Amino acid sequence: MAGVAATIAVRDLQKSYGPVRAVDGVSFEVQRGEFFGILGPNGAGKTTTLEIVEGLRQADDGEVSVLGLPAWPRNPALLPRIGVQLQASSFFERLTAREQLQTFASLYGVPAGRADEMLGVVGLADQAAIRTEKLSGGQAQRLSIACALVHDPEVVFLDEPTGALDPQARRNLWDLLRQISAEGRTVVLTTHHMDEAETLCDRVAIMDHGVILEEGPPAALVRRLDQPLRVSVESGQLPADAARALAARAGTAPEAATDDGVSLTIATRDPAAVLAGLAEHDALTGLRVSGATLEDVFLQLTGREYRA
Amino acid sequence: MTAFRSLSRAMLRGFVRDRTAMVFTILIPVLFLLLFGSIYKSTSAPKVSVAEVGRVSLLDQAAAGSHGQLGKVMSITRTDSLAAALEDVRKGTDDAAVLQQGRTLVVRYSIADQVTAGVVQAVFASIVQQANQTASGRPAAYQLTVAQVEDKSLKPIQYVAPGLLGWAIASGATFGAAITLVSWRENKLLRRLRLSPVSTASVVTARVGVSVGVALIQLAAFLIIATTPYFGLKLTASWWMAIPVVLVGTLAFMSIGLLAGAIAKTQQAATAIANLVILPMAFLGGAFIPLDFAPAWIRQVSYVMPLRYLVTGMQNVMARGEGPASALPAIGVMLAITAVLTLIAVRVFRWDDI
Repeated sequence: MAGVAATIAVRDLQKSYGPVRAVDGVSFEVQRGEFFGILGPNGAGKTTTLEIVEGLRQADDGEVSVLGLPAWPRNPALLPRIGVQLQASSFFERLTAREQLQTFASLYGVPAGRADEMLGVVGLADQAAIRTEKLSGGQAQRLSIACALVHDPEVVFLDEPTGALDPQARRNLWDLLRQISAEGRTVVLTTHHMDEAETLCDRVAIMDHGVILEEGPPAALVRRLDQPLRVSVESGQLPADAARALAARAGTAPEAATDDGVSLTIATRDPAAVLAGLAEHDALTGLRVSGATLEDVFLQLTGREYRA
Repeated sequence: MTAFRSLSRAMLRGFVRDRTAMVFTILIPVLFLLLFGSIYKSTSAPKVSVAEVGRVSLLDQAAAGSHGQLGKVMSITRTDSLAAALEDVRKGTDDAAVLQQGRTLVVRYSIADQVTAGVVQAVFASIVQQANQTASGRPAAYQLTVAQVEDKSLKPIQYVAPGLLGWAIASGATFGAAITLVSWRENKLLRRLRLSPVSTASVVTARVGVSVGVALIQLAAFLIIATTPYFGLKLTASWWMAIPVVLVGTLAFMSIGLLAGAIAKTQQAATAIANLVILPMAFLGGAFIPLDFAPAWIRQVSYVMPLRYLVTGMQNVMARGEGPASALPAIGVMLAITAVLTLIAVRVFRWDDI
């Protein structure tokens, strides 16, 4: 690690609420220009960690520096260099999208013209005169990101930005987030959408019970999981015993071949052998090959039991 | 634009565009003024209407000799038909019918309204008395002089206007502060502001500025409406002293709202707490029931009601004709309330719900 040069350096962070250890010894670094994700189930401590890094809360113990400055106590010299997006509804009441952005711009001494520019950047130029209460979920989220970026910060914190959005709005927002990152900003994001972290983040930390369980680039975490690939084709192209024989030939147990009446699926670490075998039987209709995802890593680390 | 100015503008826009707030802080108090003003106005001027049947010289002489004083207690209509006049008295259109038979004045009245019946008899008895005394050609041996204990200008509107204005300012400032604080905490705008380089002082001053502005608008609206001839509020010499009273009163009630907002977790809870504080005060602090007419126990209780000081402070300088210094004790009490409650509110204040 680059040590002093890190844009964000967190070392052995501790925070308790009464008997609950919300954050219990968290350390990580984020380099300049990196897109860093903090993942974890509800109550894992990711929001508390983020709030301490932003400077909203004081840690019980540990060190946090952002852009080389301590995050606590509230530092008016640091604040203009960071941008924070909290929630889609963190707005002044009854202002239009443009007035909202202009107000936030003025808090940072940024001219009003920049606010109009930002409306264009987040694709809300047509909604400029609409009150924020009347914006759709995706539009409100874009506006709140625009408010976080209006003063051109070096570091941007996003707390579950796609929380309650539909798939179209989420993908639409991802493009915006990629653009923010491509401009050279350091971005820290918390989410519990694994697909989001996998497509956006350079590096992720998976948290649970106040500690970081695993950290690294999403692809490396998935590879480290070392799960078999799942090869599936449409059902009824291959008799069951032929499928089991094929699985055995590829070095897996015959039970690795399952047929649920819709798809025949073979889990394997030797996809080449399985694919060749399927091709021999001319049974490739509806072929799909899927590997483990970040979600598998996440579930393996944090367990599958439901938590409210 | 500076952060302070744009914050003030954002909050002012938020207020002006909030129809409910506008209705509660401006429209309803003004409607109350119309309502209360009219009620007190009609009860304050009981005038009897009398039908003069034929020519009643005694009445005409009395009217001519009283220099218009008689006209203040009695309105006279002339008629020639006794039957029609009696019918009007029965129906209540007129309070009495009067005719003269030689040296006898005949007054016919209805007993339906006993107070009016009493007034009618008393007025005519005094007219006859006066005529007898004049006829005797001797100066009156005894004189009667009457004067009310209050200032002559102290009509009910002089109590009603400052009372209702005090209530309007108090609820505007309390609800404004409480709801802003809770809703900004709920939607995390408070935290968002904390993460911007703007100072807490700028945010607080902007909010106070908006509330003070709203209170001054309420003051102006009340003064304009209450001083119309219909209501007849007469502002006394040092009425301008009501402006500092309003400013300090706004601060005091904002500090109550601040405390309510600091304690409450939700907007509903904040509204409930604010109502719980303001509503009893409206009745016990001299706003809806003028303290001069209130039972003794209310007058005692009113001393612990912050609203009392806002209302009496304004009354003293704008309606009672007392000097500017008469508002100073009220201002002092309200400043003390502001200081104490703000200190407590700061101690229980939370940036967020956790």
